[in-house]
Amino acid sequence: MNLWQFMLQNHVEVLELTLEHLWLVAISTGLAVLVGIPLGILITRRPWLNKPILGSANIIQTIPSLALFGFLLPAPWIGARADRLAILALMLYALLPLIRNTYAGIKGVDPAVVEAGRGMGLTDWQLLFQVQLPLALGVIIAGVRVATVISVGLATIAAAIGAGGLGEYIFRGLAMVNNSVILAGAIPAALMALTADLGLGWLERKLDPH
Amino acid sequence: MDTSSSSLAIELRNVSYGLNGGSEVLHNLNLEIRRGETLVLLGRSGSGKTTTLKLINHLLTATEGEISVDGRALREWDVIRLRRMIGYVIQEAGLFPHYTVERNIGLVPKIEGWPPDRIRQRVQELLQLVGLEPQMASRYPRELSGGQRQRVGVARALAVDPPFLLMDEPFGALDPLTRAELQHEFLALQARLQKTVVFVTHDLREALLLGSRIALMEAGRLVTIQTKHEFLASKNPLAMAYKKAFGGLNTEGGPI
Repeated sequence: MNLWQFMLQNHVEVLELTLEHLWLVAISTGLAVLVGIPLGILITRRPWLNKPILGSANIIQTIPSLALFGFLLPAPWIGARADRLAILALMLYALLPLIRNTYAGIKGVDPAVVEAGRGMGLTDWQLLFQVQLPLALGVIIAGVRVATVISVGLATIAAAIGAGGLGEYIFRGLAMVNNSVILAGAIPAALMALTADLGLGWLERKLDPH
Repeated sequence: MDTSSSSLAIELRNVSYGLNGGSEVLHNLNLEIRRGETLVLLGRSGSGKTTTLKLINHLLTATEGEISVDGRALREWDVIRLRRMIGYVIQEAGLFPHYTVERNIGLVPKIEGWPPDRIRQRVQELLQLVGLEPQMASRYPRELSGGQRQRVGVARALAVDPPFLLMDEPFGALDPLTRAELQHEFLALQARLQKTVVFVTHDLREALLLGSRIALMEAGRLVTIQTKHEFLASKNPLAMAYKKAFGGLNTEGGPI
């Protein structure tokens, strides 16, 4: 049975797994944005936290994904359900590009502009929201873009712990030594990554004030 | 001379500023800036002029000595209130690139809670004051020439009508013709507004043209502080060196 026949026959399941995949990526990246951007802002304000926070995010990146799933398994509440576990792991992986780009984006704002803002009597919050974040937005969105694309790829591994998603087909196909089944998972995942990349790339250019 | 604090707008007493590493950028600086005067800080790069300005609006904190603005020591000031009373103009203007001219000028009034109508009116008033067309309000800084950006920078500093102005080589990056234009507009503006201005430059011609007094700085120390007539007659070696470097100048900064 070739790829197209397989996908046509199983179109309901393909759609389900795609949506499941999308959900894993969206929730985990969303949470990572909520955690990563504030952390990135924090380390521009508290430089001594820079090394510990960026260092931790870096170390998380180096843990192989299967091992990370394993490490998180004993965690209470999280470990009880595969999808929670997968979302937490994916979120942790997405943190580094978000923290790093938020930090780099804010630090990259022209110092003369920041100084002018401070000199005219903006409070630190006003400086952040009126000047630094708007000017860093392009770089921050670039971080979201990288995080999302990484997430789409990594989420395929989540099937290994039973969290579902397009990885189901990849693992099933590997077990069956059937390339069509592998591709039925890989191709929609690749298309999802490409779409996210293009969409967020467009947003990045649109929001760049320069 | 009247030394009561009420006639003094800004006062620096034995002020030093050092970096964490220990090297001192300013040594024991004493300055008295009078209400309504334009005091020019003249000196070469690294002489401590810009540092002095940043100490006054508390972008930097003096390591020793005391600074008072409007008769109150800096530590008694709420730093945000202090800065909103002191307009700050820097080289290349430091305009917010993501805001239109109108939002650049209107930002502090907006934060101060002015109603939108009043802000719009004030922006138009300021554009006229600095010699810009009303339709400039909707432009972005990147769409302006260097001279226009600098005018917007001045308008922005004047937005909430602060009694003090700190100007850090505001015309330094402009071509000579535009610079001369802006210098003369500054003079006209200052004659009308009577702000207390501290103006940093390395250009003796500009110092003579704009300043009521000139404070000559070198290597973090104040060398002399004199009116321009005194400066032109001065036998101080550094003042002599400046005059020689710029050729013969009269009290308006023009050639003799």
